Amino acid sequence: MSLQRRHPGLNLGAAHQEADDASEVLVFGFWVFMMSDLIVFGLLFATYATMLGATAGGPGPRDLFDLRSAFVETMLLLASSFTFGMASLALKYRRDRGRLLFWLGLTLALGAGFLGFEVHDFLAMIAKGGAPSRSGYLSAFFALVPLHGLHVTAASLWLVVLTVQSLVFGLDTRVKTGLLRLGILWHFLDLIWIGIFSFVYLAGLA
Amino acid sequence: MSGGATWDPLLGRLGLDALPFWSMIEHPTRPEIVNGSIATAAASVVVLGALAVVVLVTRKGWWRALWSDWLTSVDHKKIGIMYVVLAFVMLARGVVEAVLMRAQQAFGLGGGFLSPEHFGQLFSTHGTIMIFFVAMPFLSGLINFVMPLQIGARDVSFPVLNSISLGLTAAGAGLVMVSLVVGRFSTGGWSGYPPFTELAYSPGVGPDYWIWSVTLSSLGSTLTGVNFAVTIYKQRAPGMHLFRMPLFCWTALCTSILMIFAMPPLTVATLLLALDRYAGFHFFTTTLGGDMMNYANLFWLFGHPEVYILILPAFGVFSEVFSTFSGKRLYGYSSLVAATMVIAVLSFTVWLHHFFTMGQDADINAAFGIATMTIGIPTGVKVYDWLLTLFRGRVRLTTPMIYALGFTVLFVVGGLSGILLANPTIDFQVHNTLFLVAHFHNMLVPGLLFGMLAGYSFWFPKAFGFRLDERWGRISALAWIVGFMLAFFPLYALGLLGMPRRMVAFFQPAYLPWTIAAGLGGLVILFALFSLVVQLRVSVGAREANRVPVGDPWDGRSLEWATAAPPPEYNFPVLPEVGSRDPFMTAKEAGAAYQEPEAYEDIEMPANSALGALLCLCGGAAGFGLVWYLFWLVVPALAVALGALIARSFLRRTTRTIAAGEVRRTHRHWLAEVSRTAAVTRAGECDVRNRGRAVPAALEAAE
Amino acid sequence: MSGGRQELTPEAARERVQELRACVWGLGLALLLTLVPFALVALGGLPRQPTLWTIGLLALVQIVVHFRFFLHIDLSRQKREDLQLILFSLLILLIMVGGTLWIIFDLYVRMMPAMLP
Repeated sequence: MSLQRRHPGLNLGAAHQEADDASEVLVFGFWVFMMSDLIVFGLLFATYATMLGATAGGPGPRDLFDLRSAFVETMLLLASSFTFGMASLALKYRRDRGRLLFWLGLTLALGAGFLGFEVHDFLAMIAKGGAPSRSGYLSAFFALVPLHGLHVTAASLWLVVLTVQSLVFGLDTRVKTGLLRLGILWHFLDLIWIGIFSFVYLAGLA
Repeated sequence: MSGGATWDPLLGRLGLDALPFWSMIEHPTRPEIVNGSIATAAASVVVLGALAVVVLVTRKGWWRALWSDWLTSVDHKKIGIMYVVLAFVMLARGVVEAVLMRAQQAFGLGGGFLSPEHFGQLFSTHGTIMIFFVAMPFLSGLINFVMPLQIGARDVSFPVLNSISLGLTAAGAGLVMVSLVVGRFSTGGWSGYPPFTELAYSPGVGPDYWIWSVTLSSLGSTLTGVNFAVTIYKQRAPGMHLFRMPLFCWTALCTSILMIFAMPPLTVATLLLALDRYAGFHFFTTTLGGDMMNYANLFWLFGHPEVYILILPAFGVFSEVFSTFSGKRLYGYSSLVAATMVIAVLSFTVWLHHFFTMGQDADINAAFGIATMTIGIPTGVKVYDWLLTLFRGRVRLTTPMIYALGFTVLFVVGGLSGILLANPTIDFQVHNTLFLVAHFHNMLVPGLLFGMLAGYSFWFPKAFGFRLDERWGRISALAWIVGFMLAFFPLYALGLLGMPRRMVAFFQPAYLPWTIAAGLGGLVILFALFSLVVQLRVSVGAREANRVPVGDPWDGRSLEWATAAPPPEYNFPVLPEVGSRDPFMTAKEAGAAYQEPEAYEDIEMPANSALGALLCLCGGAAGFGLVWYLFWLVVPALAVALGALIARSFLRRTTRTIAAGEVRRTHRHWLAEVSRTAAVTRAGECDVRNRGRAVPAALEAAE
Repeated sequence: MSGGRQELTPEAARERVQELRACVWGLGLALLLTLVPFALVALGGLPRQPTLWTIGLLALVQIVVHFRFFLHIDLSRQKREDLQLILFSLLILLIMVGGTLWIIFDLYVRMMPAMLP
């Protein structure tokens, strides 16, 4: 019974009857949408790879990337994936709003920290002459990495909206299914970040 | 970085020269006056047409009904109908532009009457409109209307999202229409290839109109694809296994999957081009490491699956039409399903054949050439299945059937020319000539448009409760077929003679007879379009005589015919239990159709939402603002859109309940109508005897 | 409904511990798989080519780890249509990205060697 799954990813289980029913279609639909988004990122990665040589005499990865900063961003995002996982467990087993909000707040803080570091990175790159209009290579970088950042921003906004809703309405079906979908988005963005830190930052500095 | 041209913070790039008649006033030369008059006339049609609609709606007092019954409706049937209306409006513009281009080339020896700039806009808008704002809305509309009925569902999985998709598509279409009045459209063709469409070579607003209208529509299509696919996976009636679905649903599923995966490359391509144009990036520029070959690759990663997004639903329509109007089960159902799936997957493996001549290795060309030819196999399987469905059937030559037969013959011709083009060595000879134009029109006119028009005549009675006029329908279908052959077969010859595509004028007298023939074909097509309008007018006038309230005018086989015409908002009073393929036909043959259910229950339906209409306005405003650098308009438009989405998520009551008593009343009323109505045999299918109750083909001999 | 914690059934409690353990395992493995490549690059011990291969390989492993432990995707317990969705998406991604790299780099070799990294 407990192994009965309605959709890929975290399932709420029979203890949340109504939300569990509603989530079947919503979560599956969100997965389908994520797969479409995956193609967008895949193509931007491919474009980045084809533009690696297009530095046009401008600065390249070694001149612009800061390994330490990339490491901090990676850790922040990984930690936020963990805290979101804890939030999901609090939602599923505790139905305890206080604990849920604590983990969600921590996730949001980590996400904001990540964005802060990222924006700082971008500004530092531009200050070193690495603006997107400098070369095809930098254009490809600034299409791929900030798009991920934009996704994290959107996900953080969504997190805030859901938090407010859980304060207004309690943990009702809409909030629960919303958190399930946000969880998928959050972990998905961490997956994309694995691609970014490996193929953009580490491969660029190796 | 704003292209050198100056722009005002308030008016952006808007100026008097954005008006279509301005340049003819400033430089009153003969060519300027000819082109300016044509552009002004076109703009006037748009403005006057919009005004006429506003006046009509106001005088009839329809605003309230328009708002609450249509624009804010999330009923899949109404959204489907609105999509088709949008497609027809845009089709009218696309056909008129086509006829203008044919006329230009018929007079084109040594000049013609259009300027190269004007001709460039015509072929760019024609292609963009026909693909994104005729074909896509038409097929989305048909699937929206038919698919939930066929699988026995009450609505799609995400009804509000459905309305948002429509809104985004309509906003894109609106931008293209606005470009006729304010400013100029792109001259870069429907594929918008850089570097020509980069700021350095096209500094005007044209490519920006193209980018934002296409981006809006591609976002809408992605969401539509997600919605349809989830609906088919999750909302099927009990017992409706995937392999009991009508073939149209299978093609709808494959088309949706293609939309989900093939629209992202287009979105990426147009947005990267936008970054180049707006923010000085260098993706596809000629300097600082830009590489336009990336664009060609990205665009056709979308472009080729797109062809199958367009054609698969038409295959689905034809499958339904062939089996219904032959009074037979569809021949080779499983092979048709398999062929559809194979086509869907293979369509992702052939995109390079759109740029065989770009300079890659012969091995790569060969690989993609072979993959391309492979698609001919499943397509051939389909053609044989359809022919065998006709074999020994009770074939009736109704309007949809005429389209279907015309399609079968013409599509095979087009397919054969495709096999020629799939060979890289031949492609090198004829690429960029009218041969290619002839080929893809030969696929898309019979393969897409005929399918959509067949679907329109087939399901119109279901949607509105009365049949379309058969005589004008047949005239129109024949005119489309003849017009198509006359307009496009000469282009094969012209292509082999070496005439390049997209050419405003030519100096080779040998082309002239062919361009004149093609021009006459254009006129026949114009007549075909005109007969569609007449048909609608005549049918609406005679609607009382042609009513089919029982809802089954063609002796249908699948579930959409098992309900009233027009169907109630909730489609089925009680969700049907499906025990076989062609469930409605099985029920009719067993005398078990039109039964009263044991009990009625309350039905929960999604409530109306203004979100789609609002996002349509915001999307249109943001697009227009971006085109003209009116950033004071863009920011609030996007903010309102975001705010509306968030506000909507705070809404907790999003459904309304229809009481069991009301469902019972409506259903009993319809059942009484059914028992009052005499069933007709197929001999009376196309006359006033047909009230929508059919004697099933298998029982007709006994009758 | 948002009130204090509720008593869990023994079965649910066991399941909770299981999922908690998965979460912690995920974090641990992901940390390891992140630290190793960062260390490789920071310390610069290996030559470039093997470093790149290691980074790529570890990234793929880490993606699988995230799928398994954070997104709760594995091959055994899904409904078939969900598994089909993910596998089909990966197939399309592979075709698109692989095809793009094949085509564009071939074009560079033949026509624009300056664009090769």
